[in-house]
Amino acid sequence: MIAKYFPLVWGGLMRKKTRTTFTLLALMAAFVLIGLLQAVNSVLSGGAGFLGVNRLITQAKTSFTQPLPMRMLPQIEAVPGVDFVSHSQFFGGVYQDARNFFPQFAVNPQRLYDTYPEWVLPESQRRAFISTQDGAIAGKLLADKYGWKVGDIIPLNSFIWTKTDGSRVWEWRLVGIFDGRDEEWSKRANLMYLNYGQFDEARVAGAKGLAGVFVVSVNDPMQSERIAAQIDRKFENSPDETKSQSEQEFQLGFLKQLGNIGFILNAISGAVFFTILILTGYTMSQAVRERVPELAVLKCLGFTDRTVLGLVLAESLLLCLLGALLGMLMASVISLGIPPEYPITTSPGVWLFAGGAAVFLALAVGLPPALHAMRIRIVDALAGR
Amino acid sequence: MSTLTQIREIVLMNLRSIPQRMGASLVIVIGIGGVVGVLVAMLSMSAGLDKTLTATGNPDRAIILRGGSNGELASFLDRASSTLIKQDPAIARADDDLPLASGELIVITEVPRRGDTSGANVSLRGVEPKAFILRPEVRLTEGRLFRPGLRELIVGDGAYREFGGLDVGAKLKFRGSYWTVVGRFKTGDAHDSELWADLETAQGAFGRSGVSSVLVRLTSRDAFDSLKKRLTENPQLSVDVQTEREFFSAQSAGTTRIIRWVTTAVTIIMAIGALFGALNTMFSAVSSRTAEIGTLRALGFGSAPVIASVMAEAMALSVLGGLLGAGIAYGVFNGYSVSTLGGNFTQVAFNFAVTPQLVMQGLVWALTIGFIGGLFPAVRAARLPVTQALRG
Repeated sequence: MIAKYFPLVWGGLMRKKTRTTFTLLALMAAFVLIGLLQAVNSVLSGGAGFLGVNRLITQAKTSFTQPLPMRMLPQIEAVPGVDFVSHSQFFGGVYQDARNFFPQFAVNPQRLYDTYPEWVLPESQRRAFISTQDGAIAGKLLADKYGWKVGDIIPLNSFIWTKTDGSRVWEWRLVGIFDGRDEEWSKRANLMYLNYGQFDEARVAGAKGLAGVFVVSVNDPMQSERIAAQIDRKFENSPDETKSQSEQEFQLGFLKQLGNIGFILNAISGAVFFTILILTGYTMSQAVRERVPELAVLKCLGFTDRTVLGLVLAESLLLCLLGALLGMLMASVISLGIPPEYPITTSPGVWLFAGGAAVFLALAVGLPPALHAMRIRIVDALAGR
Repeated sequence: MSTLTQIREIVLMNLRSIPQRMGASLVIVIGIGGVVGVLVAMLSMSAGLDKTLTATGNPDRAIILRGGSNGELASFLDRASSTLIKQDPAIARADDDLPLASGELIVITEVPRRGDTSGANVSLRGVEPKAFILRPEVRLTEGRLFRPGLRELIVGDGAYREFGGLDVGAKLKFRGSYWTVVGRFKTGDAHDSELWADLETAQGAFGRSGVSSVLVRLTSRDAFDSLKKRLTENPQLSVDVQTEREFFSAQSAGTTRIIRWVTTAVTIIMAIGALFGALNTMFSAVSSRTAEIGTLRALGFGSAPVIASVMAEAMALSVLGGLLGAGIAYGVFNGYSVSTLGGNFTQVAFNFAVTPQLVMQGLVWALTIGFIGGLFPAVRAARLPVTQALRG
């Protein structure tokens, strides 16, 4: 049936090509925005949860900027169900110029390998990072960007950490270049790991022995919630109370700091939707009004009232879905350009939302002219009354 | 008739006939209203943030941080440096002949947002008693000041509004000990988003010995250069000296830039959508008036007046839409209070501010869309051959 009526519906749209094109472009712009805004919104409103999580981040409860002491590491390791624990301290280094900022973390190399098997690098480089006190490994993306080669000395000016000699310029020897084990992780290989050895030895006495945050990998993802609770209970009422959460939730925390912008996002989406509703609604009613005599001819030929209603609705649906599809495709392309730390993607949920919005839009703008088309009386229409 | 008279007549005639094309005209008004509304609403966010952050900082005050640190959070000055800094002759003295200076410690704490469980970063600032004489803008709106030695806090007005559990009398737990909220203060700037406590109590509780920054009042504005010269050249110190205003404007630059960028992107996409809507409407307005335009041309009206009339219609409707959008943005968002990530990686609470400049900016966008949306249909109307147009 669809194949039978499709040419008729398509012909209706193609009757005025300019108008249809303009409306499609307007719909596309609207759905690019709706897609992107809702993608951000779904990230902000959705808690990541613990389900199927195999890595936890244990941070100081007061704030993740407050480093936890190294002595906690064996205590966390002792929690049943914990496979590996690594520690990670944000270094805050600037390479050459303040605009060249990328994250660096001071870590224990072996513990890093244990907790992040997703990073791959040649065996010789793995060993070199373990045995070089002032060693560093850089993600492939980063190394390509700055043209670094293994063996280079990379000076980083830390805005946080001072060395015992009062200087803040730290020199790191690049001993390896790592990549992700799959495409998704390769996209994230734009950070640098520094050997904790030189970091702890050279920093001012007051800061020695601080680990930063702990990365805990658990052997049974289903147990992660219990393990997180158990770690936190261990340090309750101590000066270093902890907050353990899934790695994903920890990442989202950074994004959520941007603020309670959910309302603003929804308000904008609403304004966009309302605007496009009026715009398309006008186009559809205009398109039907111009075609009254033609619709009357269709009825003369034996099309029932309901078929005519269906034809107009189908036209509206086709227009809206096509516009939404184009817009969402565009939004997906744009979202590919967003740094992978921010999981803003046009997920199936966002597509579903856009699809629902498009159908609702099609009904809202299609129904009034469709009803009008259904009620056309042949004699009046043909007589031009 | 001269061309000018022709233009005036035809434009007026056209504008008077707009009500007959109510439905179509509404499309332009609402389409452009949407664009301008979103633009003004989003810009008012960065305007509000700017207003809060630039209100912070007085040119009579200077802030001293560790050399090379990019903010108070990354700065650390030991007790000796802080004491040494305070003795500089460029620093004004209080009635008790002690320098008007306050060593301040910033630590980040996590406080849940209202109606949320995940924590937002909030600055806790440990201040010395002189901080309140230094900053006469601090007003206590409820309760009392904290007492030195006790784990007591006063909370900023913005922090109180945005985050839960900060009522006077409430207890907060940081690092295994409880702090009591004893008062609420208002400064009208970025400090409104902070929690304040006694410096030495905070140092003890958070295991820190030094301070993050030293804030001083200058004897006069001109004294700043000599203060800066003396402190940066002192071999015992490694510090950056900035006026407080300079420091806070630099802190907000990043966030404001992001908001501007996002706003521009959203506005451009929306404007493209609205532009096509306007084009559609104006083309159909022209086609419904084909016979009328043909008649005018036959009567001797030139093509310039025809173009002018179509353009005038499009732009008049755009301005109407622009005003509508700006009005709605003002009604919904002006004074709306939010908080976002400011300098120091902590929250700064602020109110949206819909300013006349923003409304003007919105109207410029509206007129631009109206201009482009009207131009092509207008040219088409003017080019219609008279004989063909007369047939309708």
